[in-house]
This record gives sequence, C-alpha cells and structure tokens, in this order.
Amino acid sequence: MTAVLRRNGLGLVAWLAGIVFFLPIAWMALTSFHSEADAATNPPSFGASLTLDGYREFFGSGGGASPWPALINSTVASVVSTLCVLLLALPAAYALSIRPVKKWTDVLFFFLSTKMLPVVAGLLPIYLFAKNAGMLDNIWLLVILYTAMNLPIAVWMMQSFLAEVPVAIIEAARVDGARLPTILARVVAPIALPGIAATSLICFIFSWNELLFARVLTGVVAETAPVFLTGFITSQGLFLAKVCAASLVISLPVLAAGFAAQDKLVQGLSLGAVK
Amino acid sequence: MTATTTAPLAATPAHMTKQPSARLRAWATRAPLLPALVFMIAVTQLPFVATLVISFFDWNALYPKARHFTGLDNYHQVLTDAALRHSVWTTVLLTVAVVLASLVLGLALALLLDRRFRGRGIVRTLLIAPFLVVPVAAALLWKHVLYNPEYGLLNGLLHYVGGPQPDWISNTPLLAVEASLVWQWTPFMMLILLAGLQSRDQQQIEAARVDGANDWQIFRHLTLPHLRRYLELGALLGSIYIVQNFDAVFTITSGGLGTANLPYTVYQSFYQAHDNGLASAAGVLVVIGSIIIATFALRVVSSLFREEVSRA
Repeated sequence: MTAVLRRNGLGLVAWLAGIVFFLPIAWMALTSFHSEADAATNPPSFGASLTLDGYREFFGSGGGASPWPALINSTVASVVSTLCVLLLALPAAYALSIRPVKKWTDVLFFFLSTKMLPVVAGLLPIYLFAKNAGMLDNIWLLVILYTAMNLPIAVWMMQSFLAEVPVAIIEAARVDGARLPTILARVVAPIALPGIAATSLICFIFSWNELLFARVLTGVVAETAPVFLTGFITSQGLFLAKVCAASLVISLPVLAAGFAAQDKLVQGLSLGAVK
Repeated sequence: MTATTTAPLAATPAHMTKQPSARLRAWATRAPLLPALVFMIAVTQLPFVATLVISFFDWNALYPKARHFTGLDNYHQVLTDAALRHSVWTTVLLTVAVVLASLVLGLALALLLDRRFRGRGIVRTLLIAPFLVVPVAAALLWKHVLYNPEYGLLNGLLHYVGGPQPDWISNTPLLAVEASLVWQWTPFMMLILLAGLQSRDQQQIEAARVDGANDWQIFRHLTLPHLRRYLELGALLGSIYIVQNFDAVFTITSGGLGTANLPYTVYQSFYQAHDNGLASAAGVLVVIGSIIIATFALRVVSSLFREEVSRA
C-alpha cells in the first residue's frame, strides 16, 4: 500500500518539477500570442484573446527590421560550418580510432584542450585581423570560426563512434584494394552514420546559439539570429509579445533538433564519455 | 598531398614491401589527421599567441600611433584594478553557484526520473526544454517576461498570494543571472546523471536489497559512488561553459550592478574602451585561470577515458 502510494507520489513530484521547469517556456509561448496590451498586465491575463500580431510584428510587416537576413545568415553559418567540421573531423577521427597513431591520446587531448581555451583569449587578434583583411561583417569569417569552435568536440565524439566500427571489416576492404575515401564512404560511414548525425546536430546547435563572435565581428550585413535578438535587450513592455515571438521562432530549430536527439545530445556534449 | 601519394602504398599488403614503406605507411596513417590539426592550430593557437604579444604593449585603438612596448605594465594594471579584481570574484561566484545548484537539482530530478511512472517520457521532454532554448532568447525571457517588476510572471504569481513584488534584477542582480543559468543548466546535469543512474549494475542492487539494505543505504553506498565520475564530468563541463558565459551577463544586466564577469570585462575593455593592451592582458589571465581548471579537467576525462579503453 505505502509502496504504491510512494511510487505515485514521487511520480507526481516529478510531474510537478517538469511543469515548473517548463512553465517559463509555456508562458513565453502564450504571451507571444497575446496582444501587446494583454501581454503587459499585472496580474497576468491567462484568458486573453489570442492573436498573431506578435509574429506579424516580428516578421517585419509592422515596419520593424526584417529578421529574414539574420535567419538566413544563421542558417548559412551553421549549416556550412557543420559541413566543414565533418569534412575535417571525419578523416581525423578515422586516423585516431581505426588506425591509432603513436601517442594518439596526446593528439586527442590537444583537440580537447583547445575547447578549454576561452573565446576571449583570441577575440582581439581575430577582430584586428578581420578589420585589416576587410572581413568584418562577413558571414564566411563566422563559418571559419564556428568550424574551429566545433572541430574539437566533433573529433572527440566521432572517434568514440568510429571506435565501434570493427577493424576486421576495414582490413578486409583494404586487402580488396579500397582506398581511404572509398573505405570512409562505403564501410565506415554507414556503420557510424547515427553518430555522425548526432555530431552534426550538436555542431549545428552550437553555431546557431553562438553570440560573442557574432556580436563582435558582424554588423548590418552578416548579423546572425542571436545578434538580432540582442536588439530586444532594452526593449520596453510595449514589445513583450514581439520579444516572445522572436525568441520562440529563433529557438525553434534548436528545440526541434534537441528533442529529436535527446540521448545523442548528452552523449555528444559529454564528449562521448557517457554511453 | 601526402595522402594521395602514399595511399596506394598503404593499400599494398604488408608482406610485399616491408622495409622502405614503413615510414611512408606511418605518414599515411597520420595524414588524415593533418588537415584538422593544421586548421586548429591556425585558428585557435595563432590568435592566442597574438593576444600574448599584444598584452605587452600599451596600445589604445583610438591612438594607434602611441603604441609602444611596456612589458608587464598591463598585467600590473589589470591585477591592481579594483573593477577587474571584482570581475574575477564575480566569475568564481557565478560559476561555483550555478554549477553546484544545477548539479544538486539535476541529481534530484535524475533520481525522480529514474523511477517508472506514468508519463515519464513527457516529463523528461518538459525538463529538457530549458536547455534547448537559444541562450540569448532564454536570457531575454528571464529579463523581460519573468523578472519585470510590473508585469513579469514572477510578480504576477506573487500577486495571487499577496507577497511583495520586488524588482528582481535591481535588488539581486547576480542572483537573477544565476537563477536563469541554473534553469538552463539543470537539464544538462540531469541528462548526464540519468545516464549514470541507468548504467548501474541492477544485480548488485538486487543483491543488496536481498541482504536487507534500505533505499538510503543503497543510495549512499552503491548509487553515489557509481555516480561520482558522472558528477565530476557534469561539474567539469558545466564549469568550462559557465566560466565563459557571456550571453546571460550581457543580456540580463549588461554587466551592470556588479555582475560583469571576466569574459564580459574583456569584451568591454576592447569593444568599448578600445584598450587593446589591457584587454589582452585580461584575456591571458582568463586563459591562465582556465588552464588551472583544464589541468584538473583533463585528469578527470583521461581517467574516464582509460576506463573506457581498458573495458574495450
């Protein structure tokens, strides 16, 4: 009897915790469908009528700046840098996991250690370089930096995924005369595909979320979605619904990607250490 | 280049060419690693070397002609600057508070979710959501939608219980930033610890239960020791990300009210004050701090790693 009660009771506590953690997001979603007048009331209005005005405002039909260039920039920076990461990380992870070089753990640790180098440590020279090279406010500079930002994580994740590919199969392919590109494409990739997908997802999310580089190195032309959001930092109550709509729309790709790959996400973020 | 010339050799069965190809084969093995390695060194290590060099110069971007070598002056200035020392303290406080609070909360939630109950999948999804909101968006949500003293949700809810309605960000600025970060990072800790809980040896737990151990004893003597490396990993990764936090500080308080941490201070000293030399010296100090964390961190990761290798 008490066991049943306790199990249900703790289940209830878990439900309560879930609701408390989700409440801010639910409230943000509800507010985004309110009119600005209904959004800024105290006490909060739960039953106010719903409208798409916040979204119309955000997408620029209300006269404000259009978010489309920023959304497109973010998409380009995230997708292209993720592809570059794959291109560089896959061969590296292959060398590290399937045909280990001498002192290979040292190489892995070097990759990991670059991730611990704070962004601010290189920000100024990169800014000065970009300024002198005329690359400020250029989305391709962000592509290069995001590639470097995600490469260490990708190498670590992928070497742990590739380590699961049986060496015997690779040796067999080699004996049959297959060269590295063929082996990678025909033998390794199919087996490691779920891991490669998870790695890509994480690189995409990190690039999409990044603010500091984008804030310092872009301006009008290459502005990304998070930089666009910083325009709301000092926004007053009048634009609450718009702020909520903007935050939700810009978070949507990450929310979708994250929900789709919950387990892989944590495994990737913990650099493959948690299985 | 190396890859294309040596790949056919590497593909040659070992018994055909023994001696001369050994060195080439070694290079063929390393070749796939080189592009990534060269790229990483060029994009992350070179700028840091540049930062190091700049940190020895008195160089204000507004007066480029007055640039000159000053040795350790910038470091002296940074270390004796009260505002900067305060931002070091803020960074430590922010990191420790957020990591500890989200670890404890994450552990409690992981223990709850480790049990079977109706709708567990849904609750898990609800709990993960905060981690998946873009950091700037999450900070905006807390700043405008929750904390606002006039129409924020927090004070709106307090209205119903008749409590006071404080101005959260002005009254407790650092706590306001920390709370938003704890909300974002608790799900991450929960996910790591949940993975840890689910990798426990169930037979061992059953055996302990048969021997008459109660829930607390099982938790204290079996679960907690098993979770130790997961707790360490969570603390480590959390620290790496939160030490570098810029988004929340920048968005919620813009570094005001004593909440400027080191990354924000470095950003400000070159982006607004244009003092390249000082900013670089501060940046180098952030790196030294990070190296101290990283040394410890790498030890933890390498112990995890060794375990994995020996298991294989």
